[in-house]
Amino acid sequence: MGQITLQGVQKSFGPVHIIKGADLDIADGSFVVFVGPSGCGKTTLLRLIAGLEDVTGGSILIDGKNVVDTPPAKRGLSMVFQSYALYPHMSVRGNIGFGLKMAGLAKDEINRKVEAAAATLNLTPYLDRKPRELSGGQRQRVAIGRAIVREPKAFLFDEPLSNLDAALRVQMRIEVTRLQKQLGTTAIYVTHDQVEAMTMADKIVVLNGGKIEQYGSPLELYERPANLFVAGFIGSPKMNFVTGELAKQQGAATIGVRPEHLKIECEGASGWPGTIAVAEHLGSDTFLYVDAGALGMLTARYIGELSLHAGDRVSLLPDPARIHRFDEGGNALRG
Amino acid sequence: MATRQTQFLARSLLTPAVGLLFIWMIVPLALTIYFSTLHYSLLDPGSESFVGLENFRYFLTDPAFLASLQNTLVLVGSVLALTILLGIPLALLMDQPVIGRNFVRLMVIAPFFVMPTVSALVWKNLLMHPVSGLFAWLAALFGLTPIDWFNDVPLFAVILIVTWQWLPFATLILLTALQSLDEEQKEAAEMDGASAVSTFIYITLPHLARPITVVILIETIFLLTVFAEIFVTTGGGPGLQTTNIAFLIYSQALIQFDVGSASAGGLVAVVIANIVAFFLVRIVGRNLEA
Repeated sequence: MGQITLQGVQKSFGPVHIIKGADLDIADGSFVVFVGPSGCGKTTLLRLIAGLEDVTGGSILIDGKNVVDTPPAKRGLSMVFQSYALYPHMSVRGNIGFGLKMAGLAKDEINRKVEAAAATLNLTPYLDRKPRELSGGQRQRVAIGRAIVREPKAFLFDEPLSNLDAALRVQMRIEVTRLQKQLGTTAIYVTHDQVEAMTMADKIVVLNGGKIEQYGSPLELYERPANLFVAGFIGSPKMNFVTGELAKQQGAATIGVRPEHLKIECEGASGWPGTIAVAEHLGSDTFLYVDAGALGMLTARYIGELSLHAGDRVSLLPDPARIHRFDEGGNALRG
Repeated sequence: MATRQTQFLARSLLTPAVGLLFIWMIVPLALTIYFSTLHYSLLDPGSESFVGLENFRYFLTDPAFLASLQNTLVLVGSVLALTILLGIPLALLMDQPVIGRNFVRLMVIAPFFVMPTVSALVWKNLLMHPVSGLFAWLAALFGLTPIDWFNDVPLFAVILIVTWQWLPFATLILLTALQSLDEEQKEAAEMDGASAVSTFIYITLPHLARPITVVILIETIFLLTVFAEIFVTTGGGPGLQTTNIAFLIYSQALIQFDVGSASAGGLVAVVIANIVAFFLVRIVGRNLEA
């Protein structure tokens, strides 16, 4: 079991409010990602759940029990740190087994559990090595091993992949997701990388300035962003925003169109005319950065190769069903 | 030092300093070796004659030599043990976030800046004096007999003074090491359910292994040659109870005026220091390997 509920959780460091009241319901067994820009409070929120920081207000329920006054070890959670925080003078075996040793388990039981965890993570050949003798990906696995061996109610991940190179990050992303599904344990994962968030999460929490902007499944956030911030943060390349007369015609203060929903037409066709400033040819995709005069810079994405180059004039036609409308406060208008 | 040119530059710039140091060292060493083979008494100038290794035989068979060797080892060992055993808790305390932490740190470090002669005088006359000292007054306050430190427990008194001087050094090195301990490691241990004591034993103490080694090696170098504290307080006595090798050599040269024997003693001290260094590096030096 690992159902986690936040009720009006607040955190201040002196006069600075980091978390301004967070309400959240995390279902047992789900993979929830906290995503947001630097300093949005996502790591602080995770540390509050872990118990490494005390809440200023509100309550945190794990399986219905308020744990705000419970020390971290008694909450039944385990955490994977950004720096891995492996114990440098202990072997891999010692690192993974440390929590069990502290819990006072018998030696052979510790060995059995450590070996099982190591087998799950392909760490068996490295059990007697020290952390400094391992590669980045292996250290990452040891940190995860230390988390799973205690069979916690939930895993907490604090940007665990940010120290790995791009290729390894993609691989570990898949491994972490698969492991979590296999174990069926609740997981909370903090990242600033929206691709990680979109690919791994069952549900995403978008945080900004200490507030939860939106909580929903990845596609929900992509298709129905609740406000300008979520619309701009989720999706790569970023959504195009247009204000002024064009927006007013649609009855909104701002309208947003994703690059993949702009149809690229020859000059003179209906749509928004402009000059290509930069064209990026990736083979699988073509990204056009178009100077559309009064509308500003617009990004358009074409699936496949499109032989257009900087200086060519084009017309961009938005898909009318995929136009997002926002009011003056930045909130989405529906209907 | 990537290219041949920079290597040459580095060497030529280093040469004057290394050369000066070399002369500074080699001249006294050569003279000491030379004197150690002479019958050379300051009471009988002009009568120097070559006696071969006779001075060494005399110094090594002197009963004072074994006594002072033992005193030296007891002094070094005790001060090392005390500074580390007291330095670790002190460093842990000073690592806590308390009000006035910077002031406390400054005060704790202060003894290290007091000259050995001055601190020995303060201890002798203001603290440990059996009549007018602070400790005697405290003892009297509780109705106890004051201890006559330099007569009853002279070596222990010297050990206390030297420990007081070197404790700040040990504390400071250990404190900087504690501050470099990764905060996330402590948090990971906390998540793993380790108590404060377990965290200390399994996380902090292994992290301190290397700075403890540094403290042991550096302190040993200086503690083998403790002199001012003994000279000022006990003068090596009573009897030979606080005479260490350094003080024995001094007394050979400037109390018995036997320069030849003192020079031989000096060379013996060099050998002893190297033996100690050899064993120290064997025992604790592996902690320094990365």
